Amino acid sequence: MIEFELNGQKVSVDADPNTPLLWAIRDEIGLTGTKFGCGIGACGACTVHIDGTAQRSCITYLSDVAGLQVTTIEGLDEKGAHPVQEAWRNLRVPQCGYCQSGQIMQAASLLKDTPSPSDDDIDAVMSGNLCRCMTYTRIRQAVRDAATAMKGSAND
Amino acid sequence: MTNLMSRLNGSDTQSQMTRRGFLVSMTATGVAFGFPQASSAAINPEVPDGTPITPNGQAFEPSMWYWIDADGRVNVNIIRAEMGQHVGTAIARILADELEVAWENVHITHVDTDEKWGLMVTGGSWSIWQSWPVYRKAGAAGRTALIDAAATKWGVDASDLTARDGRVTDGTQSISYGDLVAGGIDRSFTEDELAALPLKPHADLRLVGQDVHPLDLDTKTTGQAIYGLDAKVDGMVYGVPMLPPTRYGSKVNSVDDSAAQGIKGYLETVVLDDPSGTVPGWVVVLGETLYAARSASNEISVDWTAGETANVSEADIQARSRALIQGESGSILHTEQPETSGVFDAATTVMEAEYTTQSVLHFQLEPVNATVFQNADGIWETHSGNQWQSLILPTLATALEVPADKIVMRSYMLGGGFGRRLNGDYIVPAALASKAVSKPVKLVFSREEDTLFDSIRSPSVQKLRMAFDDAQAVTGMEHHASAGWPTQVMAPGFMPKGVNGEPYDPFAIDGADHWYTVGAHRVRAISNDLANQTFRPGWLRSVGPGWTNFAVESFMDEAAHNVGADPLQFRLDHLKAEGINAGSAPNAVGGASRQAAVLKRVAEMSGYGKIDLPEGTAMGLATTFGQSRSMPTWTAAVVQLAVDSETGEVDVQKMWLAFDCGTVVDPDGARAQCEGAALWGLSMALYEGTMIENGNVVDLNLGAYTPLRLGDVPEMEIEFIDSSEVPVGLGEPGTTVIAPAIGNAIYNATGGRVRHLPITGDDVLSALKS
Repeated sequence: MIEFELNGQKVSVDADPNTPLLWAIRDEIGLTGTKFGCGIGACGACTVHIDGTAQRSCITYLSDVAGLQVTTIEGLDEKGAHPVQEAWRNLRVPQCGYCQSGQIMQAASLLKDTPSPSDDDIDAVMSGNLCRCMTYTRIRQAVRDAATAMKGSAND
Repeated sequence: MTNLMSRLNGSDTQSQMTRRGFLVSMTATGVAFGFPQASSAAINPEVPDGTPITPNGQAFEPSMWYWIDADGRVNVNIIRAEMGQHVGTAIARILADELEVAWENVHITHVDTDEKWGLMVTGGSWSIWQSWPVYRKAGAAGRTALIDAAATKWGVDASDLTARDGRVTDGTQSISYGDLVAGGIDRSFTEDELAALPLKPHADLRLVGQDVHPLDLDTKTTGQAIYGLDAKVDGMVYGVPMLPPTRYGSKVNSVDDSAAQGIKGYLETVVLDDPSGTVPGWVVVLGETLYAARSASNEISVDWTAGETANVSEADIQARSRALIQGESGSILHTEQPETSGVFDAATTVMEAEYTTQSVLHFQLEPVNATVFQNADGIWETHSGNQWQSLILPTLATALEVPADKIVMRSYMLGGGFGRRLNGDYIVPAALASKAVSKPVKLVFSREEDTLFDSIRSPSVQKLRMAFDDAQAVTGMEHHASAGWPTQVMAPGFMPKGVNGEPYDPFAIDGADHWYTVGAHRVRAISNDLANQTFRPGWLRSVGPGWTNFAVESFMDEAAHNVGADPLQFRLDHLKAEGINAGSAPNAVGGASRQAAVLKRVAEMSGYGKIDLPEGTAMGLATTFGQSRSMPTWTAAVVQLAVDSETGEVDVQKMWLAFDCGTVVDPDGARAQCEGAALWGLSMALYEGTMIENGNVVDLNLGAYTPLRLGDVPEMEIEFIDSSEVPVGLGEPGTTVIAPAIGNAIYNATGGRVRHLPITGDDVLSALKS
């Protein structure tokens, strides 16, 4: 039995400790917003926050998060209205949408650590997340817009 | 065009959709989906659980394409798969515009696979083009019926009434659609009445061409959109496949699962018995959890006898194409003058070049998967994302040995389609496993398994020739193209015949039958039998036009340089809009003159030929007609890039694209499709490409296979020509122009000509040396 905090709630999962966190979240707990793309941590579709930092849940063991705080797309903002999500909707970033949970989680982590990212920062960090629909131009702009929005609200 | 092509390409589909749609006259109290579990067989992408809206009270259903309820809400039925195009929103607005309802009252339902929906396919960039006349007519029928109902109620002449925003008015009094529906409407239309229905003039369109927020979009920002991989069924077990060494012909000799017996949650291993022949030699490992099934499969050993293609390589397949091109076989497409031997014999000079392209993976981000079970009513339910339900349903029926009407497919959001899910072969092993163990089975492919089982874009070889007279005028052209043929392998009934009576796969040759006037013009399509035997060739975003246009548009540039002409002017000089290139109504009004117009426009946008660029930096251009002559999307691009003279590496700096797609239905969606398609073109030109070795592709996952990432995305400028012509497709055309524009820019930057995709730095360096 592995215990950790998921989206602010204590959870305990009775599964093999070597189960990838991704599948524990999706199949054991039943939150399917986190996606499976490559299984080797190279596409970013499975990105979640572990103790506030973006991590690839497909290459993280369930046992690795014992006692830690895990946040998925479902828990990023209880109303789904995180400034990154708002920016994503305003610019209509998603096409098929499958990678976008991971993109949003990665972008939210980037802006938490680097509130005013340069274009090079955005390119470097977001290049770890594959978008097969190639919505990249909009992702880049949405990260900039979210940064502006977050600075605005921080100044209020 | 033959009847078969029109069946596939739309015209018959449209009339079929119309007839099916309107001969049903009904005033329904609720909507029957012809399926025992209506709520679970259809999907509404607006809401987290995907449950379609249901009508409040009595609903008026002017055709099977929608209903209006007593609250004035409109629910539009969508037979297309949602895979990123926001297709339901685009189609619903076409209907809502004619119906004259406010957008906030419009909802959509992605329907089940009841036979009444007709041909269900989402591909070829056809959705808007095929839906446009049908859903407009459906909307106009509803508007007409509602106006007539108000006229009857008020005892006035219908011609004095107008409809707008879900209300009918005579100028003084008005009544809502909801109230009219609540009062009861029973109205159907004969075919003659349908034909006579007044459609709004283009200038009065209120939703088409305007900005509308996509109904499927918001749930894609909160993790609530439901994809095939998210399907959940009570009592389901998980399966993972074990793939045989060859796509066809492998046999299982024995399975040893003794090492898996101790794995908690491991259930059993099933050797599939497949009457449909879709997945010969397959083994599925089942577990209570995916982790258990996966862990067990790692411990299980299967002994196979491999099929005949176990040693086939990409080089073998390309060599086979070259041999076939040397011969005389294949299908000769209809052109103005397909016989070319005379002009080539008489030519003063002949130019010839070979172009090759490597295997390409779909790598749609959601690996293929399917959940299948037989429900309490004995109906087999498949839960997955799929683009061509009508194609795989009969195969599933053969595999399960039940009639097709005992199967229903629930179509989830697709985590990328790009043509992969036109071929629903991945549903078959889930169905067979479920049948074998009498339990719901959720079959989940790993990325590597998805790749091994991919219906790749076939490698191709093309030989092009051009004949010139003593004045250096073009007198003839030949285009010989050989590749694996997806349509031959999976849907042979959809292959039209060439002028020599031989069938051809339009998806492996479209593009070669271009709109340039070149005198005699021979286009020969050849099926590579070795490719078809080794892998299952796929329809991959643009399919053939992704390679034929690389050849045509590179070759046109080579031809221009050969005669000392400017590549832009040379193209314009041959886009004469004469003869069969003059175009015809309704789909190709203006013909080659519209292709010339987008080409001129993109040259203006980019400053092609008019801007001084640093040494090693240059622009290249290309133009295509998108997917096919039957539905031309006039497309042109300029790419600016710099070539590193040491490494040959190419840095794409900016891409300009101009499109004439007729009426733009969804402006932001159109732009999004073109952005994505253009970047696919860039990715396949410079970043992707794999090889067949020992009968399988070698690059199985990221790291080895490297699609374009955000950091390499150049600036893009995209324009659409204003038009009120028939709307044609945009999902693929942007893909077709980028590779040749890059090749042409590399030539302009360095003098080196690349004739192979993908283009590597080494290719550029060796082109420079030769």
